[in-house]
Amino acid sequence: MTEAAKPAADIHAYLAELEDIPGTRVYTAARARKGYHINQFAMSLMTGDNRERFKADERAYLDEWPISEEAKAALLKRDYNTLLDLGGNVYFLSKLFSTDGLSFAEAVSTMTDMTFPEYRDMMLKGGRSPVGNRSIKANLAAAGAEATKEGY
Amino acid sequence: MARLTAGVGSSHVPLLGVAVDQGKTGDDYFGPIFAGYDWTREWEKAEKPDVVILVYNDHASAFDMKIVPTFAIGCGEHYKPADEGWGPRKVPDVEGHADLAWHIAQSLILDDFDMTIINEMDVDHGLTVPLSMMFGTPEKWPCKVVPLAVNVVTYPVPSGNRCWALGEAVARAVASFPEDLNVQIWGTGGMSHQLQGPRAGLLNREWDNKFLDMLESDDDAARWIPHIEYLRETGSEGIEMVMWLIMRGALGKKVKTLHRHYHIPCSNTAIGHIVLEPA
Repeated sequence: MTEAAKPAADIHAYLAELEDIPGTRVYTAARARKGYHINQFAMSLMTGDNRERFKADERAYLDEWPISEEAKAALLKRDYNTLLDLGGNVYFLSKLFSTDGLSFAEAVSTMTDMTFPEYRDMMLKGGRSPVGNRSIKANLAAAGAEATKEGY
Repeated sequence: MARLTAGVGSSHVPLLGVAVDQGKTGDDYFGPIFAGYDWTREWEKAEKPDVVILVYNDHASAFDMKIVPTFAIGCGEHYKPADEGWGPRKVPDVEGHADLAWHIAQSLILDDFDMTIINEMDVDHGLTVPLSMMFGTPEKWPCKVVPLAVNVVTYPVPSGNRCWALGEAVARAVASFPEDLNVQIWGTGGMSHQLQGPRAGLLNREWDNKFLDMLESDDDAARWIPHIEYLRETGSEGIEMVMWLIMRGALGKKVKTLHRHYHIPCSNTAIGHIVLEPA
């Protein structure tokens, strides 16, 4: 007896759901592809020699990589949210955190609307609640219902 | 024959390794975390496992984006701690168990799991932090390790069901290894945490504890939790918990809970820890 084939997962529905998380860029294949050289650049900072060369002239070091002007500007500014949009992933980008001597938590806090002390305080108090942070669509629907109720 | 005697689930937050390496495990911040592992360190001393199959994920240390294996098994003789940007952790080298690892690799492939085989790699905090949490700071790790690396970074990561089934297959492979060995399996990573974007810092005590309850129960409902639920409820990095399902799948239908601990926070992360044995 052969087993019945499992129905194929609906990849389009699966990928669409991954874009429905507020304030989050899931590291999908599309982002992995787009950000490949950003992430490989970050990985190059694993060696002391490269870290020194990068620190000596960041712009010149970045110019050795086939990455867009937009990504280079974001890297120079340490604008991590833009880098996530461009396909950067935090585990790779963390090599830049450590090159800068920043703790993981401090670097992460720069992606939120809080200062590092505020972020640390939030974590000590139990972290960010999932309430209101689960779904962009649900938040929009709730905001729409609220607007209707208030007669806008 | 080799015996799979217990399973351990544990977070592997890098800051815990820093706390061990800098002697801060008793301070106000880390004390309550490490106290939760006291029981387990004593238990491991008594259990004396010969080998730990250590399920973890590499964090851009051994693998970069050039090659992304979904499931990879370390069949080497030994592994060095990786340099993660601050120099390697000063912990002992990790000794592999190449005979058992190759046996598991071959068995899994014959059992329809198309494993990637690793002969040489460095191992990062995902693997060495759990060793520090369970064994403290010995001169030499007291057991051999079979690293089992899972992609939980690039989507799609393996489903919970696939992870659970891999655990079942690992258990069959261990049971057919002819040497008498006391083998444990550890699932590491998690629990809730998000390290990126404006939603960073998300933690979910209630969901994490529900997950621990599910691991303790006789049914296998946890294998069916979809990726989107981990993402919504536990943050983008909470998905690491699928690795705990490999451990749980390996233990069979019924388990007995020996120890359980939960603490918020450690840096960006909720710390969870559970010790189970097949019942």
